[in-house]
Order: sequence, then structure tokens, then C-alpha cells
Amino acid sequence: MSGSDLTTVGRRRIGPGVLSTAAATVVVVGLLAGLIWIVGVNALRWFWPASVWRLDLVDGRVVVGEVVERHQVAHRSGSSAAKRVLVKVGNRELTGRDHVWIEESDIEAATTPDDLARITRQTNGDAYGVVSAIVDLDGRWRPVDDRTMVERVVDDAAELWRRRTELEAEISHLRRPLTRLEHRLAELDRSAFGGSAEGRAEAASVAEQITAATAELGPKLTDLGDASGAIATRLAAGRLEIAAADATVEVPLTDVLDVEWPNTLGVWERLGVTVANFGRFLVASPRQANTEGGIYPALFGTVLMVLIMSLAVMPLGVLTAVYMTEYARPGLPLTIAHHAVNNLAGIPSIVIGIFGLTFFVYGIGGGIDELLFSDRLPAPTFGTGGILWASLTLALLTVPVVVVATREGLLAVPSGWREGALALGATRWQTIRRIVLPAAMPGVLTGLILAVGRAAGEVAPLMLTGAVKLAPSLPVDGTPPFVHLERKFMHLGFHIYDVSMQSPNVEAAKPMAFATTLVLLLLVLVINLTAIVIRRRLRSTYRLVEI
Amino acid sequence: MVPSSDHPAVETRGLTVYYGDRPGLLDVSLAVPRHRIVAIIGPSGCGKTTFLRCINRLNDEIRGVRIEGRVLVDGVDVYRSGVQLEALRKRVGMVFQKSNPFPMSIRDNVTFGPRMAGVPERELGAEMVERSLRLAGLWDEVRDLLDRSALDLSGGQQQRLCVARALANQPDILLLDEPASALDPISTAKVEETLLQLKERYTIVVVTHNLQQAARIADDTAFLMDGRLVEVASTTTLLTNPKERLTEAYITGRFG
Repeated sequence: MSGSDLTTVGRRRIGPGVLSTAAATVVVVGLLAGLIWIVGVNALRWFWPASVWRLDLVDGRVVVGEVVERHQVAHRSGSSAAKRVLVKVGNRELTGRDHVWIEESDIEAATTPDDLARITRQTNGDAYGVVSAIVDLDGRWRPVDDRTMVERVVDDAAELWRRRTELEAEISHLRRPLTRLEHRLAELDRSAFGGSAEGRAEAASVAEQITAATAELGPKLTDLGDASGAIATRLAAGRLEIAAADATVEVPLTDVLDVEWPNTLGVWERLGVTVANFGRFLVASPRQANTEGGIYPALFGTVLMVLIMSLAVMPLGVLTAVYMTEYARPGLPLTIAHHAVNNLAGIPSIVIGIFGLTFFVYGIGGGIDELLFSDRLPAPTFGTGGILWASLTLALLTVPVVVVATREGLLAVPSGWREGALALGATRWQTIRRIVLPAAMPGVLTGLILAVGRAAGEVAPLMLTGAVKLAPSLPVDGTPPFVHLERKFMHLGFHIYDVSMQSPNVEAAKPMAFATTLVLLLLVLVINLTAIVIRRRLRSTYRLVEI
Repeated sequence: MVPSSDHPAVETRGLTVYYGDRPGLLDVSLAVPRHRIVAIIGPSGCGKTTFLRCINRLNDEIRGVRIEGRVLVDGVDVYRSGVQLEALRKRVGMVFQKSNPFPMSIRDNVTFGPRMAGVPERELGAEMVERSLRLAGLWDEVRDLLDRSALDLSGGQQQRLCVARALANQPDILLLDEPASALDPISTAKVEETLLQLKERYTIVVVTHNLQQAARIADDTAFLMDGRLVEVASTTTLLTNPKERLTEAYITGRFG
């Protein structure tokens, strides 16, 4: 080899190794970017206040609504391709359908007049059209050309609605002791105990207490009830009339959530509305069989479930890893345990779900019911799916991840620290607790993050152990004992499945699916980022190398 | 274990150690008198560290280790059943070859031993920290940094912190495993100076690679080779006028 060969500056040759590996990387990164793009665009498009179009068709009909999709379809006759648009026309009570397909060739003119409004409602989905009349809460007709007036009337109604909700809450709060007594009486009547002498005596005393409580609370309850009734009457008076394409839709004010005129909004205003819509989506409950409204209960359920799961999986996984790493002597039993833990991670989640159903729900839950809630049987309390059982099932699913990561963290702790502590007279447990475990925290956290990420997105085991399409109440609320771990719950992952596959109104539910997916992705992202930050900080404290 | 003056501080009788089938020490009998510095020299792998780790029973941590013979600390056999490991290790402090300050503040490093021994928190105050750090010759350098991480110290400071940490336990005996092998000459000098000052109160066993270091600090020196004790004598005698040919060969640099 001559010297010049080494010093020649030439084009670097691109070999097959670089080419194939780079191509694979591009494909993977591209797929991931595509995933995020599709979810993000579809979700954000739903939050974005799109223009409301007025489409004048060739045959003289008028269609008002949002353009949701454009499709190129092969025309039946053959060669020429036709374009179709999917228009969300809302006003479901008119035709029973809120989306229509229209051939682009049938459209004569498409405009976005300023006076077209979108009305978000409690029932029947959105309404589109021109606000043609408004009756306020006192039954007076108001001018409709003044938009601030429309908004004020709608706001007044919302305010009254809130007041009424508060009143109702107060009533049910006041009635609570009474309700409890009534429940007790009903229980006594049902149970065999009610036939006995003591049972009859207790029933009589409970009945007496009810009479006393009614006498005491009666006037107050009547007052509150009257106030609530008065508000209801006022609320019933107000309504909006909307001139849709070729009919008029009447919307009671109690039904109106929001009125907006998107065609008059600029880009920045629309951005503001998008953010507001996203916020509302996070904190509102679902409506209309999950096709409208928000996902608050699912978000709440997911976070709570992950928390309970973490509480269960952390001690279990960490203690197991500490025993296997710090105490157990190497040998066949340890090897078997090690492989068992690793293989547990490979068990399909639906199998874990079946185990959770039989072991936690029917086994332990059924046992608890027989011991503590036998008076309610055959209606199960803990013997049916609930957030506690779902969390424990997921803890079982994710415990190998925590064990393996913690073990790696423990093994990475310098042996000098262990021996240093022992040489200073610390016991083995003191050494583990004060020196080894703190230094292994990055590993422990890594395990927990992976576990949480997995649990937040897991669906199959939850379907068997307590996730439902619609939970009547949250697992945490104002009724004592405030935390109800036996309750069924909603979960983002299951919610996505439900809105995309089980929805009665596919077109209306589709954006919900994307929006929920976006929230789930963001949730996992936030969890991961938080953990990464904590881990970074810990690592710099302990000057540990990357594990 | 009550200290009594008629026993040597540390004594081994026929100490033999096997790691599995491999011998680490063979029949080593050595007495370390009170308040003296004894250096143990010898080529790598001769069993110097093994010897040290038998005295505070840190070898128990190694799986498959077998120990025969006796190790007496103040006349008490430390391998006798009923000996409390924690109490023994509190009496016999150890400083390792590679400095290993814990990832916590300098103060917490110093108070670690007493705290683990259950000394009440109010007695772990500034006074104890200062005393230990002064003894280790580190006080003046870190007096204002007590709440900084110990890992921020330089190598030599870390090693002296490890000495201070061991001293906070108020041991009788200090074992040092090549305490200066990873340090620059200035740091080494400081550590050696510290050891000479500690001699008045402690019995010190120091393993070293460095013959000059043994000459500078040790009263007596023992030469180990292949797990056997070849010769033990006062440092001057051993280094200038060894009895054994092996010792002579080693100190004149013909091997090792």
C-alpha cells in the first residue's frame, strides 16, 4: 500500500451495511412520525372551530354544515373520477342522520356566510343554522341580530342551571341521613332478620327516626325544592330557534352549551377556541353514548388506576428484586425464580386478565362479599370488576418489568459502597436501605415508568376486570367513604376501543377516538418525561453511569 | 470484648483462607502490637487484602470462602459464634483501596457509622463531625463545605474523608488497604501524615505496594508471598537487612 492511498481525499463509499440499516431506521422513524401525525391532525381538526358552509346544490336544495372529508371515488360509469364530500349537517332530530355525502359536481355554490352558527347541545349533537329567534328566561322575545345579546341569554341560562345543580346537591346532602335511614328500613324489610322480634323492633325505631327527621328537615327541604322548581320553570321558558337549511329547529336554552359563529373568527381566535375546546374535552363528561362531550371520567379512571397499580407494584417488585439480588444465594432455585419472572413478562395480557377475573374478582372479591357484604348478596360488591381488581391485575402484569429494572439498578451500585457501609458496622438491611436502594432509584424509576406506560395503554385485562363504557360515578367522590375502590371505572384505552368500534354513530364518534388517543399519548408522554427528569437528577446525585 | 493490655491488638494464628479451591492465605500467624503501625507488603495477589478482610470479617461477604485458624482481636476470636459482626466492624475500622465516600453530604458520610449503630441524633452534631475530620486532617479544607456532596471532593480528600468516617466510630484498630495507591504524591503525603498522627491512639494495619511508604510510616513490616508470611520484622531491619532470600529479592526489585 502506498502512502498516497491513505491520504487521498475521496468520496466515502456507501456500502450495503449503511444503506440497509439506514433504510430500516428511516422506515421505523417514518412510521412513528406518521402515527403521531395522523392522531394529532385528526384530533386537532376536531378541536379546531371549522367554518360552517352553505352549499347551494344544482337541484335547488341547500345544505348547511361542516365539510369533514373529501373523497375521490371511481364513478360507476367508468373512466371519469368523481369527488365526494362528507358534510356534517347536525340537526339530528330532523332526519336522524347528522352526516351526508354530496357529489362535488352537484354543488353549484359554496359560501361561508357570517351569520351561520354552530350550537353545541346536550342532546341530538350539534345544530347548524342561522339563529332566527330567541326567547329569554322570562319568556320575552329578544332581537337576534345582536350577538352579544344571544350570548348573554345563553350565559344567563347556564348560570341558572349551575344554581339549580347546586340547590339539588344541597337537597341531596340535607336528605342524606334520611336516605340512610330509608335504606336501612328497606334492608330490614328484605332480610330474614326483619321477621324476628329484634328485627321488628329495629324497624319500628328506624321508622320513628324517619318521621322525626322528616319533621325536622321537611320545611327546609320544601323551601329548597320550591326554589329549584322555580328555576326549572324559568329555564323551561327560554329557547333558541334556528333556521336550518329548509326547516326550523327549536332548541330549549337548557340544552344549549355554546353558540358560536366560526365564520367570523380569525386564525388567532380559532386557535384560542381550539385550546379552550381541548381544555373542555379534558374536564367534561361524555354525552350521547360517548359520541359528544369530554373524557374526564376516563382520564380520571386511568390516572387513578395507574396510581393504585404503582402503589401495589412498587413494593412488590422492589422487594422481590432486593431479595433476589442482595440476599438469595445463587443456585437452581434463584435461577428458576429469575426465569419465571422474565417469562411472566411474556404472558399475553388477556391471560393475565382471565387470572385477575378468577383470582381477584371471583376469588378474593367473592370472599370479601361473603364475609363483609353478605346482606347485599346475591348482588356483588367486591365480587365484580372494579378499579381495585383492575389495578392489581395490571400490577401483576407489570411486576416483572419493575423486578428486572430494579435488579439492574441494584447490580449497578458500586460494591465499594456496600462494603464501605458494612465495614462501618451497618447491618445488611441498613446497608440496603440507606445506601444501595437510594443509589438504585434510577433503576427502580425506570421500571416504574415502563410499568406505568404499559398499564396506561393496556386494554384487554381491563375489559375483564372492571373497565366499562360508562361509569355512573367516579371511584372518588363526596359520598363517604369517599374512595370507592370496588366501583367500575372508565379508562382511556377502553374508551378508544369503545368509541371507535362500539359506537352507535360512527361518523360522530370518529373524532372522539382520535382526540382520546391524543390524550392517552400525551398522558404517557407526560409520565415518561417526568420520570426522565427525576431520573436525570438522581443520576447526577449519584454520579452513576447510564444504566 | 473489653480491651486488655496483655493481648496484642490483632493476632492471627495459623490463618488459612480458601476461595473455593484456590488458597488465599496459608498458615499465617502474625501479631500486631497496640499503638503501632504495621505495614504488609508483597506482590499483587499475595493475600495482603485477604489478610485485612479477615480481621473485620468482610470476607464473609464473598461466596465460597473458607477460613481456618484463628483471628484474635484483643484476645477474642472474631470467628467464634456469638460475635456480633456490627460491633466488631465498629471496633475495627477499614479504609479501602478505592475511596468510596457515600453519595451524600460530607457531614452525613462522617455520621453514617454512629447513626447506624443507633447513636441518638443529638450526639451526631457538629462536634463529632469536627473531631473526626480534624483527626483525618481534612477539617481545614472542608469546614465550610460540610453539606456539599462528598463526591465533589478530590481523590485525596475523599480518601481522608473515608478515614474520618471510620474514625467517627471511635475504633481501636484501623485497617487500610493501599490507601494511597490511587493518589498523587501530595495527597499521599497528607494521608501518610494523618496516619502518623493517628498512631498515638490507634493500632494501624496498612497494606501497601510501596516500599518507601512502608519505610516512612510503619514500625513493623510483614512480607507476604503466595499466601504465606515470609518474614516479619521492624521496618528498618526488614528493608535493610532481611533474613530471608525471598524478602531480599522482593525489596531489591528482582520480582513483584
